[in-house]
Amino acid sequence: MDLSVKIGNLLLKNPILTASGTFGYGIEFERFGDLKKLGGIVVKGLSINPRQGNMGDRIAETPCGMLNSIGLENIGIRAFLDNVLPKLPYKTTPIIVNLYGEDIHEFETLSKITSERDEIAALEVNISCPNVKQGGMQFGQDEKSAAKVCEAVKRHAGSKVVIVKLSPNVTDIKKIAKSVELAGADAISLINTIPGMAVDIYMRRPKLTNVIGGLSGPAIKPIALRMVYEVLQIVDIPVIGVGGICSVEDVFEFILVGAHAVQIGSATFTNPALCFEIVDSLESMALKLNINSLEEYRGKLLI
Amino acid sequence: MNIMECVDLRVLELLSMDGKEFFILKLSSPKWAYKTGQFVMVRPISWGYDPFLPRPFSIANLDEEKLEIFFQVVGRGTKKLAELRPDDMVKVWGPLGNGFEIDESLPILILAGGMGIAPFLGLIKKHPHPENIEIIFGHRKDISCYPLKNISRKILIWTIRDRTKADLLRLKKAIRVKIEGYSSDGQIFACGPLPFLDMVHEVCVTKKTQLQILLERPMACGIGVCYGCSIPGPFNKNFQVCKHGPVFGCEELSTFCEHKGF
Repeated sequence: MDLSVKIGNLLLKNPILTASGTFGYGIEFERFGDLKKLGGIVVKGLSINPRQGNMGDRIAETPCGMLNSIGLENIGIRAFLDNVLPKLPYKTTPIIVNLYGEDIHEFETLSKITSERDEIAALEVNISCPNVKQGGMQFGQDEKSAAKVCEAVKRHAGSKVVIVKLSPNVTDIKKIAKSVELAGADAISLINTIPGMAVDIYMRRPKLTNVIGGLSGPAIKPIALRMVYEVLQIVDIPVIGVGGICSVEDVFEFILVGAHAVQIGSATFTNPALCFEIVDSLESMALKLNINSLEEYRGKLLI
Repeated sequence: MNIMECVDLRVLELLSMDGKEFFILKLSSPKWAYKTGQFVMVRPISWGYDPFLPRPFSIANLDEEKLEIFFQVVGRGTKKLAELRPDDMVKVWGPLGNGFEIDESLPILILAGGMGIAPFLGLIKKHPHPENIEIIFGHRKDISCYPLKNISRKILIWTIRDRTKADLLRLKKAIRVKIEGYSSDGQIFACGPLPFLDMVHEVCVTKKTQLQILLERPMACGIGVCYGCSIPGPFNKNFQVCKHGPVFGCEELSTFCEHKGF
């Protein structure tokens, strides 16, 4: 069965991608499955310089999910390009780099550096991280600045597909989505984590040193599904669904509301082989649903 | 030797040391070679979506027949683990982390606080020269809560129940005296709660003694990708406890200890 999907000029052999921040730089998962099987690998958010992230306790479990306030700890774009990228199976699996800049200039630089590398298939622009002081979600909460970042990245990205990852923490996700579409985005991924908190009543302390963190996991899936659905009412570019996807059934839920592809995020923490297992079960699920291609199912929600 | 994999294991037995809080979970063996100090991520299949995250545990023992984990009920996850029954399935990945660098020809001093005894249980059982092992064990709960009953009589074990500040000082004094003998020709390993490790670290730094510390941190993945367990290391670089540790040299933890364990 043909499970391939096209995101702009990027061809994915199946719709299963990994979500940034939950799959490391990819090579960590070589032991748990064949990376070549995946539709694509979205690596951890990269900044120009290495970052240590936030101090203290940075994860906390919550009902059907978790909070994190990592703060984009990463090895920096150079170390990734020099040491990690050559080891990834870029010839068979599209490598998508997630980029984080503190300002527009940094986004431009990152776009320039990464677009020079043939091994990279696409750029995912992170304007939705809730855990950093500069940039991050701030860009994603305003139509104009979201568009500006998108334009800047697009200008330097050459032929690379540019995906913009949106924050759910906005009044109207449709407006932001439309503005990045108009700014030239090839695709949109949504959602990033939802700001939340957890406290310890005995210690009288927040469970995260940063107090507030991003909520992920199946707890947020209905919100992600709703936003993907809403955004698809008004944009024509492909949407990649992210948020609490844990099973092949979840994957088809997102496709049914119109997503082209999906990203498996925190669920990977419950089983490091999950994304590979989901890829393996796509075909049998399609047979169960009586469909011959993803296209005939995509967006065919009966309302 | 450096294998790592994710497998579904069967619960063989769940033994309680005290009938309520302390347990030994015996799972079917994944037949891995492991080093003392390495750990596994554990998540029963029956958890579904909740509790969401797997839990990291030191490998207490691992042989051809079984993988053993020693745990104390401290929260939702461990409470649920204590409800497991024989034949339940548990997803386990490992062996993870670096483990201790052990020279079996040298005398070993183990400094363990409470559940910090867990990673050493296999070593205590299997070391070819048990007479070369000495343990200082500080614990809050009754000694019967910890699986130390059947250890070799050749192992010298000093148990100190620490319930008061005075007990802790007594423990500190014992450690200070003991490490002298091991600093020149022996190895010192430590594991326990942060205040205990902080104290051990301080003693060893003052005495300029080499020490390997096993650190415990909350983790979501155990394999170096979630960055939940990072701690600050020297030169503005982080350590990922799951990947660069969980065993660290004394000097590597100086920055972390300055932050007073956060």
